[in-house]
Amino acid sequence: MKDPTVCEEGHNLKQQKTPRQRMPEQDHHQRIKNFSEVPQGYTPELARLEASRCLQCKKPLCRSGCPVGIDIPAFIKLIAEGDYAGSARKLKEHNSLPAVCGRVCPQEDQCEKVCIVAKKFTSVAVGNLERFAADYERTNGAISIPELPEPSGYKVAVVGSGPAGLSAAGELVKKGHEVVIFEALHKAGGVLVYGIPEFRLPKAIVESEIEYLKKLGVKIELNSVIGKMETVDELLGNGFDAVFVATGAGLPLFMGIPGENFCGVYSANEYLTRVNLMKAYDNGHVTPILKKKRIAVIGGGNVAMDAARTALRMGTEEVYIVYRRSRTEMPARIEEVKHGEEEGLRFHLLTNPVRILGDEKGWVKALECTKMELGEPDASGRRRPVPVPNSEFLLDVDCVIIAIGTSAHPLIPMTTPGVKVNPRGNIIADEKNGQTTQEGVFAGGDIVTGAATVILAMGAGKQAAQAIDEYVRKKRPALNRAGSGLAHTSARR
Amino acid sequence: MFKIVAKEKLSDVIYRTVVEAPKIARKRKAGQFVVVKIDEQGERIPLTISDADPEAGTISIVFQTVGYTTKQLSTLKVGDHILDIAGPMGHPTPVKNYGTVVSIGGGLGTALGRPITEALYKAGNHVIAIISARNKSLVMFEEEMRKISHELLIATDDGSAGFKGFPTQLLQKLIDEGRKIDLVVCVGPVPLMAAVSKVTKPYGLKTIVSLNPIMVDATGMCGACRVTVGGVTRFGCVDGPEFDGHQVDYDELMKRLKTYTEREQEMNQRFASQFQEVKR
Ligand SMILES: Cc1cc2nc3c(=O)[nH]c(=O)nc-3n(C[C@H](O)[C@H](O)[C@H](O)COP(=O)(O)OP(=O)(O)OC[C@H]3O[C@@H](n4cnc5c(N)ncnc54)[C@H](O)[C@@H]3O)c2cc1C
Ligand SMILES: Cc1cc2nc3c(=O)[nH]c(=O)nc-3n(C[C@H](O)[C@H](O)[C@H](O)COP(=O)(O)OP(=O)(O)OC[C@H]3O[C@@H](n4cnc5c(N)ncnc54)[C@H](O)[C@@H]3O)c2cc1C
Ligand code: SF4
Ligand code: SF4
Ligand code: FES
Repeated sequence: MKDPTVCEEGHNLKQQKTPRQRMPEQDHHQRIKNFSEVPQGYTPELARLEASRCLQCKKPLCRSGCPVGIDIPAFIKLIAEGDYAGSARKLKEHNSLPAVCGRVCPQEDQCEKVCIVAKKFTSVAVGNLERFAADYERTNGAISIPELPEPSGYKVAVVGSGPAGLSAAGELVKKGHEVVIFEALHKAGGVLVYGIPEFRLPKAIVESEIEYLKKLGVKIELNSVIGKMETVDELLGNGFDAVFVATGAGLPLFMGIPGENFCGVYSANEYLTRVNLMKAYDNGHVTPILKKKRIAVIGGGNVAMDAARTALRMGTEEVYIVYRRSRTEMPARIEEVKHGEEEGLRFHLLTNPVRILGDEKGWVKALECTKMELGEPDASGRRRPVPVPNSEFLLDVDCVIIAIGTSAHPLIPMTTPGVKVNPRGNIIADEKNGQTTQEGVFAGGDIVTGAATVILAMGAGKQAAQAIDEYVRKKRPALNRAGSGLAHTSARR
Repeated sequence: MFKIVAKEKLSDVIYRTVVEAPKIARKRKAGQFVVVKIDEQGERIPLTISDADPEAGTISIVFQTVGYTTKQLSTLKVGDHILDIAGPMGHPTPVKNYGTVVSIGGGLGTALGRPITEALYKAGNHVIAIISARNKSLVMFEEEMRKISHELLIATDDGSAGFKGFPTQLLQKLIDEGRKIDLVVCVGPVPLMAAVSKVTKPYGLKTIVSLNPIMVDATGMCGACRVTVGGVTRFGCVDGPEFDGHQVDYDELMKRLKTYTEREQEMNQRFASQFQEVKR
C-alpha cells in the first residue's frame, strides 16, 4: 500500500510542522471605514517561514497550475535564502506584474490548488509569497531596468492598457520595438484602475508598474479612443507595423427586468468607476456618487463582491448580495466572500430579482425577488436554479447595483472591417499567437476570451508579443539587423 | 494637456472656448462630442464639438455655466490647459440631402445644433432655422445661423424679438401652411425636444433629437447614460447622442438628469466659496 503521507517524489509530508502562515489583515471593524488594503503583506520573517514550507519539488505541480508557468520553486527558494530582490527578478522572467497577480490571481484554483502540500495540509501560499517579493522590490527601490537591445526600427500600436496591453507592451519594448499604447480613458491600467478597488489592489502599485514600462520606453497616449480618434486601419497606414487589440470586455450587461432605469440603479462598472477611477470616495474629487442606506448587489462573482464591499466603505448601512444560485456555485474568490462576510455583507442566496420598484419621482424603493431552488445541472455543469412558486418577496432597498457580467466592446470590430467576431461579439483570434482575421492585427485578453482573469490576459499579451515580433521581422526583413532585438538580459545595472 | 487658444464670453452664462486638439479636429463630424476633465480632481463632462479647424488643429466648445465643472471651465483663460479631452465621441449626424429641413434650437441648443445645421445646409438641404429664447437679449447665434439657413425664424417668450411664443408654435404654423418638410432636427432642453417630437409625431415627420443624459466614461463602459428609446435601453454615448425623437422616453430622461441634484447644489456652494478665495 502506498503511504498517503509520502508524495511521489518521496517527500515526507508528515514533516510539515510549520502551518501555512496567515497574512496579517486589517481588522474588519476598522477596514470598512477606509479604502486601505485588507491583507497587509508578510514581514520578511513570515515570508521566509512560509517559503520554508515549499518542498522544492523536482517536478513542481504548482507550475502546471499557473497559466504563465512561473518557476515557483525557484522564486520561493530565493525568498527562503533571503534574496528577495533576486526572487522578484525570477518572477519577472514569466510575469511582468507579480505585485498585481500575487494579490488578485485566483490562486486557490490555480497554482495553490495543485501544490503537493495541499494533498495533506494547506498549500504553500504561493500568491502571498509572490506579492511579498514584488512588494519588497518596489518599496526598496530594487527595481532593475533590463538592458534593452538596439532599436529594431519596427513600430507597434497597442490598443487598451489593461493587463493584456501592458504585458504585450513590456515584451515588445524589450525586443527593441517602438511601442505606443492608446488608452481611451484618462488613466492607464484598464480594470486594474477603474474596476478592482483600492482596498484589494492599491492604485499606487499599478502606477509604479506603468512607470516602469515608461522607463523602458513605452509611450502611452491617454484619451485616445481607437475607432473614433483613429481607426486600427489608420494606425496601420500611419507607420505602425502591427496592432495589438486589448480592449477588454467592458460593456456592462443589464438584466432586462422592469425598473432598471430608475435613479439609483447602477451597473457595477459605473459604481466602481465612480469610486475607483473618479475617486468619488474622496470629497475633494468632483464626481458624485449616491450615498444610500440599503443597497442590493445582484450577482455572485468578484465584481459583485467588489461593488458590495465598496458600498460598505461608502457608509451604506445594509448591503445585500442577491444571487440566484447557492454559495457553492458563487464564482467569486473564497477569500473575497470571506472578507465580505466579516465586513457585514448579507447574503440572499437562491434568490432571483424579478423587478425593481420605484416611487413617482423615479427613484428605487424596493427590489422584488423570487426564491429559487436547484434543479438539474445545466450546460455549465452547475445545477440550474428554478423559481419556487409563490415565493415572491420585497427587499427594502433604495439602490441596486447590477453585477451580472460584461461583454465585449463592439467599437474595434465595428470600425475594423477585417477583424471578425464570434456570435458573442468576441474577436476571433488564434489561441496561441493572437492572430486575428486581418493581417497585422493581433488581439488578446478579455476582448477575445470574454471576461476572464488578469493572469490569462497577461499571458495572452505575452504570447501575442512573441508572434508580433516574428511577424514584423518577416514582413520587413530589410530592417532586421542580425541579432538585434532578441537578446535581452535582466541583469541589474 | 490641451491648451486654450481663445476664449469669448457670449452672455452672462455662456462661453466659447477654443482648444488645441489636432487629432480630434481632423476627425470630428457634425453631431459628435468630447469628454472634458479639467484637472486631477475633475469630473468627466460631455460637451458638443461646436466647431473645428483641422488646419489650426483646434476645436471649439460652447458651454453654459450650470454647475461646478462648467463654472470652473469658465474661469480658465487663454494659455491655460485642460488636463484631459477625449473624442470625438458618439455617432455623427447622418448627413444627406433630405430636401427641406427644419432645425430648431432652444437657448444654448442653437449653438450645439449649429454644426448639424451647417452640415445639412452644405449637403444641399433647404434649411429653415428656428431659434428661440426667453427674450431679445438672450437671442444668440443669430448671425451664425443666418449664414447656414435659407429662412431664419425667431421666437421669444415675450415677443421682444420675432414671434411671441414658443418655437413649437412656429413649427406648427409651417406644417399648417402645408410646407413640405422632410426632416426636423431639435437640439435643446429636454422639454423642448419632447414638445417638438409631440408636434411632429402625428404627421409622421422624421425628427432627430440630440440627448444629453448624464455620462461618465462616454466609451460605453458604464451605462450611466442609459436612455429608453422605442422601449429598449440604449447607451446615449455610443448608440447616440442622436435618436429618433418619436421613440424617446423623455420623462425617464428628465428624472434621471436629477439623480445628483443634492450633490450638485453642494458643489455649487463649494464653487462659490472657492471662487471668493481666488478673487481675494
Ligand atoms: C470589478 C472587477 C474585479 C475583478 N477581479 C479580478 C480578480 O480578482 N482576479 C482576476 O484575475 N481578475 C479579476 N477581474 C477580471 C480582470 O480584471 C480582467 O479579466 C482583465 O482586466 C482583462 O484584461 P484586458 O487587458 O483584457 O482588459 P481590460 O483590463 O478590460 O482593459 C481594457 C482597456 O482597453 C481600453 N479600451 C477599450 N476600448 C478601447 C478603444 N476603442 N480604444 C482605446 N482603448 C480602449 C479600456 O478603457 C481599458 O482600459 C475583475 C474584473 C472586474 C471588472
Ligand atoms: C452628448 C452631450 C453633449 C453636451 N454638450 C454640451 C455643450 O456643448 N455645452 C453645454 O453647456 N452642455 C452640454 N452638455 C451638458 C453638459 O454635459 C452638462 O451641462 C455638464 O455636465 C454639467 O456639469 P456641471 O458640473 O457644470 O453641472 P452639474 O452641477 O453637474 O449639473 C447642473 C445641471 O446639469 C445637468 N447635468 C449634470 N450632468 C450632466 C451631464 N453629464 N449631461 C447633461 N446634463 C447634465 C444636471 O441635471 C443639472 O441640472 C452635453 C451633454 C451631453 C450628454
Ligand atoms: S501568477 Fe497567479 S497562478 Fe501564477 S504563480 Fe502567481 S499567483 Fe499563482
Ligand atoms: S509550491 Fe508546492 S508543488 Fe510547488 S514546488 Fe513548492 S511544494 Fe512543490
Ligand atoms: S457614459 Fe458610460 S456607457 Fe455611456
